[in-house]
Amino acid sequence: MSHAVARAPARESEFGRVQRLRGRLGNQWGKPRFLVLITWGYIAWAILPVLVAIQFSFNDGRSLSVWHGFTLKWYTSTDPSIDSVFHSATLHGALVQSLKLATLDVLIAVPIGVFLALGLARWRGRGSGASNFLMLFPLVTPEIVAGVSLLILFSQLLKFVPFGTVAQLLGHITFSISYVVVIVRGRLFQIGPSYEEAAADLGAAPASALYQVLLPLLMPAIVASAAIVFAISIDDFVISQWLSSGANSTTVPVQIYAATRATPLPSTDGIATVIMVITLLSVVAGVLVYRFFTRGESRRGSAVDDVAGFGI
Amino acid sequence: MYPRWLWPFSALPGVIWLLILFLLPLYAVLALAFGTVDPILLTGVPAWNPLDWNPGWMSHVLDQLRPGNILWDVWVRTCRYVLISLAGCILIGYPVAYYVARHATRTKTLLLILLVLPFWISYLMRMLAWINLLSPGGYGLRFLDATGISSLLYHVGIISDPNNYLSGQSFTVILALIYGYIPFFILPLYASLDRIDQSQLEAARDLGASPFRTFWHVTLPLSKTGLLGGAVLITLPMFGDYYTTNIVSGAPSTSMIGNQIDLYFHGGPQPTIGAAITVLLALFLMVLMIYYMRTVHRASREIPA
Repeated sequence: MSHAVARAPARESEFGRVQRLRGRLGNQWGKPRFLVLITWGYIAWAILPVLVAIQFSFNDGRSLSVWHGFTLKWYTSTDPSIDSVFHSATLHGALVQSLKLATLDVLIAVPIGVFLALGLARWRGRGSGASNFLMLFPLVTPEIVAGVSLLILFSQLLKFVPFGTVAQLLGHITFSISYVVVIVRGRLFQIGPSYEEAAADLGAAPASALYQVLLPLLMPAIVASAAIVFAISIDDFVISQWLSSGANSTTVPVQIYAATRATPLPSTDGIATVIMVITLLSVVAGVLVYRFFTRGESRRGSAVDDVAGFGI
Repeated sequence: MYPRWLWPFSALPGVIWLLILFLLPLYAVLALAFGTVDPILLTGVPAWNPLDWNPGWMSHVLDQLRPGNILWDVWVRTCRYVLISLAGCILIGYPVAYYVARHATRTKTLLLILLVLPFWISYLMRMLAWINLLSPGGYGLRFLDATGISSLLYHVGIISDPNNYLSGQSFTVILALIYGYIPFFILPLYASLDRIDQSQLEAARDLGASPFRTFWHVTLPLSKTGLLGGAVLITLPMFGDYYTTNIVSGAPSTSMIGNQIDLYFHGGPQPTIGAAITVLLALFLMVLMIYYMRTVHRASREIPA
């Protein structure tokens, strides 16, 4: 008897709970809890593994998965038995090679891309359609096709191009130009021709309209594309691997790949961490400079939006 | 106001660069695939003149691609991996992009930065992270054990050994593919969802549509470009991927078509066969590539000048 009495309210509250749940799920204007959960869950899943990789670069042991305490030795040790990031010839060399390629890539691909964007946006003659198409092609070509094709080109046709830094650089530039063009062209359409027309009406020669009016207006896009090209080049694995000439042209991603195929050590996490910090710093610098150049402009989207939107 | 020759002249260096270092190499792949093999050195000899093309190696590869032969198995596996990973990316990525674009308010900037962050972290580092997690004693392995997910996956038959995720497990390869490519899917999708005018959704709701009908008849069609664009953007590189499966598995039982190409160039003596496979893969992907280029081309024209 007392048993039954005790159960009745419990049932009622269970019913109430169901009601409340239905009300919550059915409430069209409420907070979309399911979406909140999946979004934060996704972000945790996307970020936490990388944090674990960073943690284990400080592992006082040779394991990538069992924690033995904190150390900096995988970064700074000069002991030749420990391949530390800053003192092992292999790892240090890979860092230098990655930075060298990315810097040269930015210095060459950005100017070529800016001129190509200007040309493609305003040239309306024969061949402009085909050139536009040619420019978009590298963006969608799977990297393995790109790697294979350049490997064959440099080994069968342009044999004077040595594998290693030169071939890698040519490859990186080829696949960076299109990103510059897409970003700069978007900005060109956004600016429109009216500023330059105004300059011409006020008596500016074509050269000074280009240099004094158009170039400053294009600066945000140039900065954004430089940051993106730098990051793409640093992160590139396939082209660097296919066009490398062996140990002396190993980049960081190629080094990570080689390590994972053998026995990766905490120093592998270390070199990945170093290159990640460099990439993130360059992106932050890019965003700050971008903000500087677009100050005072009405801002529908932020720099993040621009970066997010460049893919489509 | 500018001289007529200025713009074609400005485009010239870039166009020449792409002709020599992008288009010509693609032709070189064709020339090698339809070339011959030196009988003594066993190296490929490209046939530069299309009239000299030798279809022998291509037909050899096509033969291997018939059901029951080795390349067929690899190809079917590649398609399976890519399609499952794509489905995973859509199932996880759409709700995330939708939430950040349409519902996030105060946290929007933070969420956006977190969504963009993986984009700037080297793909190889993000793969390396899974080695950290799934090596013996790793956090990921312990999590899967403690939550019972491991034994569930084992009993359902998704993994063949609950203690060894890093060798020959299709599950790990697909997990890594989704993990690796999903940021590139979410960003374009987010951009197109973010562009949807709130008033169109409000109109649908004012006219009595349920949230589900509003989503199905208004939001989804309006985000179609971003959805398809993102899907194509990740499908293309996934079909050519060989490093993901090599890093998290490295077993022949999980090799993809990209691994075959890699093997013929880096391991085996027969770049000609590798070139023939590359040509076939590129032809297969051409439909997707052209679709994507047309979308981008149209989008760039729609921007008001």
